[in-house]
Amino acid sequence: MRKPIDIFLFCLTWGFAALTLISLLFIIIHVLINGIPHLTPTLFERRFTTDNVSMFPAIISTIFFVLLTLLMAVPLGIFASIYLVEYVKKGSKIVTLIRSATEMLAGIPSVVYGLFGMLMFVEFFGFGWSLISGSLTLTVMILPVVIRTTEEALKSVQGGYREGGFALGAGKLRVVFRIVLPSAIPGILAGVILAIGRIVGETAALIFTAGTIPQVPQELTQSARTLAVHMWALSAEAHHTNEAYATAVILLLIVLGINTASAVIARLITAKTK
Amino acid sequence: MDSYGISVKGCDLHYGDFHALKNISMEIKEHRVTAFIGPSGCGKSTFIRIFNRMNDLIENCRVTGDIIVGGEDIYAKNTDVTLLRKNVGMVFQKPNPFPMTIYENVAFAPRTYGIKKKNELDDIVEGSLRKAGLWGEVHDRLKKSALGLSGGQQQRLCIARALAAEPKILLMDEPTSALDPISTGTIEDLVNELKQQYTIVIVTHNMQQATRIADETAFFLMGEVVEFDDTNKIFTNPTDKRTENYITGRFG
Ligand SMILES: Nc1ncnc2c1ncn2[C@@H]1O[C@H](COP(=O)(O)OP(=O)(O)OP(=O)(O)O)[C@@H](O)[C@H]1O
Ligand SMILES: [Mg+2]
Repeated sequence: MRKPIDIFLFCLTWGFAALTLISLLFIIIHVLINGIPHLTPTLFERRFTTDNVSMFPAIISTIFFVLLTLLMAVPLGIFASIYLVEYVKKGSKIVTLIRSATEMLAGIPSVVYGLFGMLMFVEFFGFGWSLISGSLTLTVMILPVVIRTTEEALKSVQGGYREGGFALGAGKLRVVFRIVLPSAIPGILAGVILAIGRIVGETAALIFTAGTIPQVPQELTQSARTLAVHMWALSAEAHHTNEAYATAVILLLIVLGINTASAVIARLITAKTK
Repeated sequence: MDSYGISVKGCDLHYGDFHALKNISMEIKEHRVTAFIGPSGCGKSTFIRIFNRMNDLIENCRVTGDIIVGGEDIYAKNTDVTLLRKNVGMVFQKPNPFPMTIYENVAFAPRTYGIKKKNELDDIVEGSLRKAGLWGEVHDRLKKSALGLSGGQQQRLCIARALAAEPKILLMDEPTSALDPISTGTIEDLVNELKQQYTIVIVTHNMQQATRIADETAFFLMGEVVEFDDTNKIFTNPTDKRTENYITGRFG
């Protein structure tokens, strides 16, 4: 029947697939078992003290970082992609250049973004370790993600819509903003959620640019830490391991929630384009 | 625009090095239905897209010759392409309603030309849908997505959407090839009605359709017009041997 090599390869692929699944399950279960027993109400008190090590300020700060970063990255990314997809001639040098640049940016480790952010925003612009320096760094970091997904979303809009719009005498601007962009929104949203995932999970880029002060920032120039940074800070101090696990549970829930949302949206898109 | 005919003299079109249309001359009369027939790839779509300058969207596409639409040279330097496309509507092979409500689809063109008042738009939407024979079927769901309509309804919506711009000429590129026979019949009846008010140019692969709706028919072959005459004449007594071969199904 089958050659032995086929059976071997079959087992190999299944083995590795199982390994991936098992490691994922192991991580989740490990975090849940070690974290849930330590999820106490004091961990959610309004103010952080070295006694309660509350994650509440970090949760609020995470939201701030996410919103501020999206506020900058999403419009910028969308306009860049519209330019690349709708306005530049196909196969032009600029597109190839920008595209390979975004691809390279997407592959750079986040520590490098952290160092760049520190030199650029913290020191050169003098924003210090702060909400704004961190968000600007995150913006640079997630811009490639937003551009790539938006590009794909725009490209997958049926050519017939554009033709139909032009044939009615509409100009490019009207066709792009009234027809193409609205139909691309589900795809763009999926990209934005992916970007949110990156922001929520980021530590290295933020430690160097936003500092680690566990407070809810009152101003753009104040330091703050996200949940991920908070967790890193707790686990760096040996006697807060339990609280670090508890924080990890919350972080895990948030990331799972975001991933589910993106999966649902992706499914909605495919259902819609059928 | 005072006369709504189309007059083409010595028209050539190149896609890059490819000579797609060769020295075409043709007079399309107003308030008539003119059909383009011919085998796949002979340039029917390419030719019909000259009349509203849709070819502008294609890189490396060069058009030469005199193309007079409604008395004006539409390839003149000062041509307002937006105005041209308002006057020359187009319906495509695959129904392409925009992913918005039925109302928004029809109101798209008038909005483009600056009509903002709600009651004016309402009137245009109703009038256009009535002309396209769709009003009865959709008047109670104007605010629903156009994508929920059947293929035939979508195509009539696209016709309504084109009519809402108040064009003088309507170009239709195989408007029924994606539709079932009943929807096709509905659209053919519609075309017969619309020709009272509009000059209609239609590309079709269906010869029966050409005989049913077209007053005049042009037969295309490899970028040339082989014969252009009364539909009757073309289908019963063609002058050119190649036309005869084509309509009798001997090739193409
Ligand atoms: N954008 C383009 N670039 C290059 N060549 C093209 C382009 N569009 C069409 N052509 C070529 O021009 C010729 C005429 O194409 P056209 O689409 O006008 O044919 P058609 O008669 O409409 O065919 P069909 O009946 O299949 O729709 C074909 O050989 C085609 O390959
Ligand atoms: Mg065609």
